[in-house]
Amino acid sequence: MMRYVRDPALWLTTLVVLVAGVWPLITRSATTREDMFLILMFVTLASSLNIVLGYTGYVNFGHIVFFGLGGYIGFYLIAEKGWHVIPAALAASLGVVLFAAILGGIILRLRGAYFALATIGVNEAVRSFIVNWDAVGGAVGMEMNFSRYQDYGGPMNALWFAYILLLIVTLASVLLSYFVRTSKFGLGLLAIREDEDAALVLGIPAPKAKTIAFALSAIFPAIVGTLFFFKNGNIEPGDAFRLHMSVEGIVMIMLGGYGTVMGPVVGAATYERLRGFLLTSPLFKNLQLAFAGVLLLLIIIFVPSGVVGWLRNRFPKVRRILA
Amino acid sequence: MSVILEVDHVTKRFGGLVAVNNVSFQLYEGEILGLIGPNGAGKTTLFNCINGVYTPEEGRILFKGQDITGLPPYKVVRMGIARTHQVVRPLNELSVLENVVVGACYGRENLSLEEGRRTAEEVLEFVGLADKRNVLAGKLNVAEKKRLEMARALAARPYLLLLDEVLAGLNPTEVARMLHVVRKIREEGVTILMIEHLMHAVMNLSDRIIVLDYGSKIAEGTPKEVANNPKVIEAYLGDPDLALSLVEERT
Repeated sequence: MMRYVRDPALWLTTLVVLVAGVWPLITRSATTREDMFLILMFVTLASSLNIVLGYTGYVNFGHIVFFGLGGYIGFYLIAEKGWHVIPAALAASLGVVLFAAILGGIILRLRGAYFALATIGVNEAVRSFIVNWDAVGGAVGMEMNFSRYQDYGGPMNALWFAYILLLIVTLASVLLSYFVRTSKFGLGLLAIREDEDAALVLGIPAPKAKTIAFALSAIFPAIVGTLFFFKNGNIEPGDAFRLHMSVEGIVMIMLGGYGTVMGPVVGAATYERLRGFLLTSPLFKNLQLAFAGVLLLLIIIFVPSGVVGWLRNRFPKVRRILA
Repeated sequence: MSVILEVDHVTKRFGGLVAVNNVSFQLYEGEILGLIGPNGAGKTTLFNCINGVYTPEEGRILFKGQDITGLPPYKVVRMGIARTHQVVRPLNELSVLENVVVGACYGRENLSLEEGRRTAEEVLEFVGLADKRNVLAGKLNVAEKKRLEMARALAARPYLLLLDEVLAGLNPTEVARMLHVVRKIREEGVTILMIEHLMHAVMNLSDRIIVLDYGSKIAEGTPKEVANNPKVIEAYLGDPDLALSLVEERT
């Protein structure tokens, strides 16, 4: 335990998320809060995706399915069943983790490009399923009755409440990433990433480890999904299962540095700011995704280890504080 | 001497090709058993059957009296069989130390990360890689990678070590160094089954030798017996005079 308390990397990571996340609470500015909500949301999505992509080496294009499915479960429980947002988010998380564990057991047998293709298929399959399921609103989706927000002291307070919950979830997901990265289990995942067959021969129960990693990566996206659509007030399949958000998640991880704790945090924040700039600039607003694609290409060609990875390689001394 | 490993009528087929054909042998505790044969004789396939990478179609493999046929490799390691690969497989983006820690943590003793690190440091010292502990494994040269393979396998604290051509591709100095390590391992009481093409090494090190050809066992015995066996000479060594000279080198 002392090992963790003394680790500056743990403190730095926590502090960065905390300071940035608390900022809107101090300024009480709704604009800052909305900006920060998106950043924290992407930090959570990227950090959790990193467990599968960065540590285990499996490229998951369907990460957003956890977000969408969690959003649907949580939203349904809040809007239709009158649940409070916290139990709804936890139930969503539980449901999605189970889904991930079962799904992972099946598709993680595939490797490389085959796995990546399967994950795209899963996202599309779940979306089609939801579109055709009338109990959750089909293609139109669901809307939340405005009076639901009264439980939280009105819509304004509900937004702040959702933000605070998201901040907690983001911290938890970054900590999860850190603890996985520094654990024996995480070392096993890294070995699988480097050479799965060698890892098996070295004694790592790869099928089980991969499935656990996959399930862990689903915990927080599901909660974020619930919070996001709770805040939104409506949910529809197109918003919940956006394939390109998975791709953007990958760009964030590659930009920040795959396989590091800090990478997804840096990458998500940078990319989100960049995206905000591109979307509002008249010149680039339709080219935002093209830009993401070019960025990904450039990173992979020139700095495959990302910002944090590059710093760690270039300056070995920073490794102590930059996990 | 007690039997540590028993390979009992093992057959492994790939489609129409019989890679290992009805092979049986016993391995005694503490000995070094050499496994030789021409390229494609099925030596590595036999290793893969023993450590669980492949499941043989027929036959059984008993380790310390327990049937381990068809167990996945990670369970076989837990029981105390570690192996090295003919083509080295370092975990490139991890440091040398981390590579060995993986071996220690997931090996027979199932150590925690901290205990694993201690074991790894000891093993690195043992194989002479301690000064490279923080280098990325991908940056090592071939000889060092071979020693890393060895270190990773040893860190699992196995009862039985399967060595697949640890001497291949090494220069004479490196070979001598590796042989020294292998002898030290045996002194620690680890049983060794080794595939080797370097004749003088295998003849010198082994207590007994098994010869495979086209998947079948064609000879078994002391190095001298094997080298004098006409079948072996025909299948493998080709030149009887060379065989004799090799044996003389040993004595």
